[in-house]
Amino acid sequence: MKWDTCDPSVQYLLHLGDDALVLGHRLSEWCGHGPILEEDIALSNLALDLVGLARQYYQLAARRIGDGMTEDRIAYWRSDREFRNHVLVEQPNGDFGDTMARQFYFDAFHFLQLDALQNSSDLELAAIARKAIKETTYHAQHSSEWIVRLGDGTDESRTRISASLLRLWPFTSELFEASTVDREAHAQGWGPDVSSLRGPWLDLVHEVLHQAGLQLPEGPAKLLRGKSGIHSESLGFLLAEMQSLPRAYPDATW
Amino acid sequence: MVSVSDLELRLHHVADPEVPALSVMDLGIVRSVRLEDGVCHVDLSPTYTGCPATERIERDVREALEELVGVGNVAVHTVLDPPWTTDWISDEGLRKLEAYGIAPPPRRTTDKRSLLSLHKPLACPRCRSTHTERLSAFGSTACKALHRCLDCLEPFEAFKCI
Repeated sequence: MKWDTCDPSVQYLLHLGDDALVLGHRLSEWCGHGPILEEDIALSNLALDLVGLARQYYQLAARRIGDGMTEDRIAYWRSDREFRNHVLVEQPNGDFGDTMARQFYFDAFHFLQLDALQNSSDLELAAIARKAIKETTYHAQHSSEWIVRLGDGTDESRTRISASLLRLWPFTSELFEASTVDREAHAQGWGPDVSSLRGPWLDLVHEVLHQAGLQLPEGPAKLLRGKSGIHSESLGFLLAEMQSLPRAYPDATW
Repeated sequence: MVSVSDLELRLHHVADPEVPALSVMDLGIVRSVRLEDGVCHVDLSPTYTGCPATERIERDVREALEELVGVGNVAVHTVLDPPWTTDWISDEGLRKLEAYGIAPPPRRTTDKRSLLSLHKPLACPRCRSTHTERLSAFGSTACKALHRCLDCLEPFEAFKCI
């Protein structure tokens, strides 16, 4: 299977599905390690929603590819160069502040992206977006509340969340840089012009940071090409763990 | 000869595996039941995207209907659009939820603004007090949030409005 030359609508579904799967997997790493019980449950719920969303995209992609393709084959049998997620979502969990900063940046983007996808000319994709935006609204509320709580909390929490927001900031520029597939998707009316989401995203981020008493981070953007398959070293380790079972036991069933 | 209403009646006895007080009909996830040439077609809409019970529900529905139309004669289809929301739960379903000890979701949730007023206190299913608070939007299953009654001091679960 040549993933980079297959039907563009399938490649676009991989863009979307890989973000959801990789971030969902990262969040699942918190299961049993959350700082408090409620937050452990919350992070696992976010993970569950995102993995569920990835399945929707992959099932649709598998149907379009046909020829016996399955969602599991898409999730477990591609290498890191074949994943199309943003580099932001594969970043390690770090401390709780890092996880929340990553989540906050992504949730705000994801909400705007799904909002636009609700009007996609790809009707099957629009149906997925109309469903997922309801859950993503909860995610965005949750991460925003934590940014405010940590920024407006103790000196320690403010110092640490500021450092996390600054550390992950350079990864946000990729969200608004169109890949070849993004451009094709926009031209076909499947998805938004990602650069047009930057303004509304900055407004959302700014509003929450203002409430939290925090400054919008400044710093140079990184030139990132996760959506073209060029990832940080973190993704390889993540996939090695996530894919180990089906690769060791290819016929294993649940 | 089996009729569509027989099939629907049967589905009133297929319980949600995670909230067994509710049937799949109460939950409002059965969009349509049709009989075509002896084959029963059922349209189901999933509730929460990540709900691990989705496949179990499909299997339970299939097996229940196969009792009436025969093994291999049931086709279950997934319908995503329009998306399921808590407004699809029947009035009967809301009553059953409350009797089961889970605070039911408020109505008219498809309005996006209602998502932002989540902190509106719910009535405690035990003592009816509205002096309650939300502890977490995320609970023991994808469909539930965790609340606490500040009068009788009991924690309780609430069906999460989407």
